[in-house]
Amino acid sequence: MAEKRTYEMIFIVDPETGDEDVMKLSDSVQKIITGQGGSITKTEMMGKRQLAYEINHKKDGTYVLLEVEGSGAEIAEVERRMRVNDQILRYMTVRVDEMRRRADKLKDRRARKAAKQPGSGKAKAAAVQTDADEESAA
Amino acid sequence: MSTNYEDRDFGFEREYDRTMPRGPRRMQRRKICRFCIEKVDLIDWKDVKLLTSYVPERGKILPRRISGVCATHQRMLAEAIKRARNIALLPYAAD
Repeated sequence: MAEKRTYEMIFIVDPETGDEDVMKLSDSVQKIITGQGGSITKTEMMGKRQLAYEINHKKDGTYVLLEVEGSGAEIAEVERRMRVNDQILRYMTVRVDEMRRRADKLKDRRARKAAKQPGSGKAKAAAVQTDADEESAA
Repeated sequence: MSTNYEDRDFGFEREYDRTMPRGPRRMQRRKICRFCIEKVDLIDWKDVKLLTSYVPERGKILPRRISGVCATHQRMLAEAIKRARNIALLPYAAD
């Protein structure tokens, strides 16, 4: 299997579906993912909130967020099913492992910069060195 | 409705004094990137509260010439706003 990837998967469920049905839907999605060899690291029911614009003439929707780990094959399967499900107004999957890695890199770079800055030890030492050289030459 | 960003007050701009308040060319102190100060490495597209402060009423992305956000963070911000739009957390265009 290819490398492990992390995805954030969010979908909006029709506001008219009850809480239990939303749970059921979320469970079925999770089952598909685990069935395909992926794993769920986080689930979050973001609850009902107003949509910024109408989708299928609906003004609000129930948001469900999942964090999925897997190869990517299970994402394709889940998305294929969401596409035909009328209860799901919209879905979106974002790959986050690369984003997070990039953020870590930035953090690393900053940490190194900070470590270098306060004493600026090397630069000072070098300056002193050149001064001494000049004196000895004179 | 005209979108004249220059004349609007977005809060975070307020603290920078204008040496020449009304002239042909307003001098402004250089704005500093808020994300750099707070050391933000990742702008979350789910953070609607944060993103809305960079999306004026019309729904457009606030240009960095107004907000003072640095290029790196503006790029992250734009991406996050676009994602939030896709999932109806933010509008593509308002009224």
